[in-house]
Amino acid sequence: MKCPGQLKKKTPKKTQTNTQKTHQQQNLKELESWELEPDRAAGSGGFRKRKHDNFPHGQRREEKENVNPSSPLMTSFKSFQLELDTRHDKYERLVKLSRDITIESKRTIFLLHRYISAPNGEEVLNESEVKLDAVRRKIKQVAQELIGEDMYQFHRAISPGLQEYIEAVSFQYFIKTRSLISIEEINKQLVFTAEDREETTNMTSTSQDKQPHTWSLKVTPVDYLLGVADLTGELMRLCISSVGNGDIDTPFELSQFLRQIYDGFTFIGNTGPYEVSKKLYTLKQSLAKVENACYTLKVRGSEIPKHMLADVFSTKTELIDQEEGLS
Amino acid sequence: MSVSAMFVALQGALTADQDIREEIRKVVQALEQTAREMLTLPQGVHQGAGFQDIPKKCQKAREHFGTVRTQMESLKTKFPADQYYRFHEHWRFVLQRLVFLASFVVYLETETLVTREAVAEILGIEADRERGFHLDIEDYLSGVLTLASELARLAVNSVTAGDYSRPLRISTFINELDSGFRLLNLKNDSLRKRYDGLKYDVKKIEEVVYDLSIRGLNKEATGGAGGEK
Repeated sequence: MKCPGQLKKKTPKKTQTNTQKTHQQQNLKELESWELEPDRAAGSGGFRKRKHDNFPHGQRREEKENVNPSSPLMTSFKSFQLELDTRHDKYERLVKLSRDITIESKRTIFLLHRYISAPNGEEVLNESEVKLDAVRRKIKQVAQELIGEDMYQFHRAISPGLQEYIEAVSFQYFIKTRSLISIEEINKQLVFTAEDREETTNMTSTSQDKQPHTWSLKVTPVDYLLGVADLTGELMRLCISSVGNGDIDTPFELSQFLRQIYDGFTFIGNTGPYEVSKKLYTLKQSLAKVENACYTLKVRGSEIPKHMLADVFSTKTELIDQEEGLS
Repeated sequence: MSVSAMFVALQGALTADQDIREEIRKVVQALEQTAREMLTLPQGVHQGAGFQDIPKKCQKAREHFGTVRTQMESLKTKFPADQYYRFHEHWRFVLQRLVFLASFVVYLETETLVTREAVAEILGIEADRERGFHLDIEDYLSGVLTLASELARLAVNSVTAGDYSRPLRISTFINELDSGFRLLNLKNDSLRKRYDGLKYDVKKIEEVVYDLSIRGLNKEATGGAGGEK
């Protein structure tokens, strides 16, 4: 009895039903010969369909062939289709926005790295502010998408972008103030009002009493932590390149700052999710690099005249960059 | 604010998050226990004698949904209502299983597909997101797909038990279900993987129907014991 099973796979559904119907009428003897030649049977099945067209249709066939498109089940599935499509579309839009945010944030970070070497530092900072504003406008779009939604439902779509934004914004904040931006500060910047112009003036008042036309996006602690962890990588680069520029104070300052962050992360330890603990390792490496740079600076700095330091470290920088490329 | 103070605050937030998760896990474990207990009840229909007292079995299963409802109530209190998806992963699995159980019981009773609203009501939750702890559409659909596999089994076993008409009805039902699922544009996610299994269930049931038809057994709906040649 295996044979008909195989045959079934090949023949389309319609024929199946018909062969079933047809074969009811056949006696078993005929059936057995049919089983030996599945190919012919498939053809004849299709043929017999027409031949037996006046065969009284079973109730079952009726239902199977034309699944009533207006049955309650089909109607509800149509609404499911709509619901799922809407959800997926929204998700995709958010992924796209997140990607845009990532790209713009990365560019801002590169721009800020030039800040150290550029003679017109202020200008670069202003430019970065403009760029970050553009990013915030994107985030505003994200916030708009999420109005009335559960943010966590789409969190996975936007999380990478947010982390990158946090990295950029905290990097800029560090260059300006030499301190770590708090999560509250970040969230404060992500409160949006319907009118852009009012944003700065309304900021404090709107964040307290929620007016219907303001909406905000809250960065989760985990996003914040991951963003800050990425920040340390940028700071490490900043440290090395600033040494290259003959700036001897920044590395010590940075190592101090990085140590604080590292302490903070060790304090959190593995209470956070897996990603946070994973970043801890990279953080440790960055810190070690900065500390080594400080060490070299201390040891060799006393014996090398200040104007030659740049040479010593320009070779050192390459070395570290290579290492980084490997890891 | 000093760096260390910030991290202390963050750590506080993370710990609070973990505490909530711990609480949720406890309730979910209890729910899983209930679900397991319930699963044994409708499983009885697969046994030869089980076909006679389907209503009684359904009745018993229905009683268990009372427990589910109380457990759901307590689950709802464990986290802020607007953060459903933050903790979604924790109860996703058990919710799908419960949807399956509910849909199976409803199918056995009425031979129809339970609606999302009806499942939500049986489980004591909402169908709409706006109204609180709700049944996510993907979880509902996943549960329904589990029902399909179960019905494929039931079709086989009802033939063994001498009930030749049930597979035909199951076949009709599953075909309609299949055309329903065909309407959906699924992404390459877990639901899609589950859906990909549906065609095997359809095939299995069609094979059963075929075997019955080829022997003319579907004619004698009540079915004599000596049906097999």
